[in-house]
Amino acid sequence: MEVLFLILAAVALISGVLVVIQVNPVRSALYLILNFFTVAGIYLLAHAEFIAAIQVIVYAGAIMVLFLFVIMLLNLRHPEEGGEKQHLAQKLSGAALAGVTALLVIYTCTRINLGPAKENVPGFGSAEAVARSLFTDYLLPFEVTSVLLLVALIGAVILAWARLD
Amino acid sequence: MNLPVLVGLMVVKITLVLVVFLTTIAYVVLMERKVLGFIQLRYGPNRVGPWGLLQPLADMIKLLFKEEFTPPHANKTLFELAPMIVAITAFLPLAAIPFADRILPDSLTIYGYQVDLTVAALNRGVVADVNIGLLYIFAISSLAVYGAVIGGWASNNKYSLLGGLRLCAQMVSYEVALGLSVIGVLMVAGSLSLVTIVEAQKSMWFIVYQPLGFLLYLCAAFAECARTPFDLIECENELVAGYQTEYSSMKWGLLMLGEYGHMIIASALAVTLFLGGWQGPFLPPIVWFLIKTFALIFLFIWVRGTYPRFRFDQLMYFGWKVLIPLALLNILLTGVVMMYL
Repeated sequence: MEVLFLILAAVALISGVLVVIQVNPVRSALYLILNFFTVAGIYLLAHAEFIAAIQVIVYAGAIMVLFLFVIMLLNLRHPEEGGEKQHLAQKLSGAALAGVTALLVIYTCTRINLGPAKENVPGFGSAEAVARSLFTDYLLPFEVTSVLLLVALIGAVILAWARLD
Repeated sequence: MNLPVLVGLMVVKITLVLVVFLTTIAYVVLMERKVLGFIQLRYGPNRVGPWGLLQPLADMIKLLFKEEFTPPHANKTLFELAPMIVAITAFLPLAAIPFADRILPDSLTIYGYQVDLTVAALNRGVVADVNIGLLYIFAISSLAVYGAVIGGWASNNKYSLLGGLRLCAQMVSYEVALGLSVIGVLMVAGSLSLVTIVEAQKSMWFIVYQPLGFLLYLCAAFAECARTPFDLIECENELVAGYQTEYSSMKWGLLMLGEYGHMIIASALAVTLFLGGWQGPFLPPIVWFLIKTFALIFLFIWVRGTYPRFRFDQLMYFGWKVLIPLALLNILLTGVVMMYL
């Protein structure tokens, strides 16, 4: 189990870094898909089968397909041929932002204490358990999320409508 | 411990299922050519073996020995990867589909060892009884689109790319309808495990409770398999052969295996969800399962032989404005009926 976790975590980290440093956006997207898979594998190791399946269906199966679709539709030329040059200000602000984020992450890591995890309740991670907690303890956030999605949906329709006129 | 024996038995079982599946794919191709021939008043293949029964074998040998060609400027790695993705995503869902009830007794004595076969469902007619079986199948088959998209992109050919893009849009649209169409079944059965769903249909097939759900599932499944009337990705008069254009030899063979594999899996899943799976009188369960699955495969071929192709905008309209609202209505109706009856 531990060996599996270490392998999955290593692949997840490496693919995560590759997503950022690839020049070609299609390759970036493919590494991101690999990353989603390893994360789904880690969920499986934690006995959260339902979340693992949803991770693959939603992220790898739907969202990344749309990402790839848009990348291929918009960016048909080879990106190696040179695209826009980056300004010095862009590079500096990017580096500064990354530095601040890294500091925050390190600061947080020093403050939390990682004790042994709590024992799983029986049936943890199954569809029933997730559904029960969604519709009892977390009903309000769940419904608010659905409203948020509805807003995004209406927004998309209105944008498409404006284009049609 | 008898762990090695168990692992050995598991390997034997998986291999058997896979070999049967591959043979079925080969003969479904032959069946399609024969049935299409019959519909179009031709003979179909009838030269190799009696009634052309050895034709799949001849086709396979031909494919294996054909020249392997990779177009220049293609992305080599991804070009090789795409057929593998298509084939693997077509084979993996098979693991969760129950094809029979019990195939072996609860325990056996093998070479003097008492082996408990209830471990890992070895005595059941399913490779893996996953408690989220249906989600597993949807998760794997939602990945099938990558094969086509990556293949289309890596071929460095406009027709291939357009085929891949079309499939992308089509799969994302119809996956929603496919997922929504089976929720009624889940509500009636109360489980995501396909074994439990089949057992829940002991007295009545779910097609009786879910006629609309079955129709919606069929439409969405035709689109997911990119079969006529939804085969716009390989629409010959516009796109040569879509994302498969640049593939040759056994790589093309793998793409074909994947395509027909998806069709068989879609039929088997429809049988499991709506037509009672392996349940049936008199005949052994596995025979019932095969009869029902082949009936649906025949339907796939029949539709291909008789229906014209959609236009792409019609396809999108049908998916988003007809199938999805109807699927939502079906869920609502099922909920209301289950609550008040």
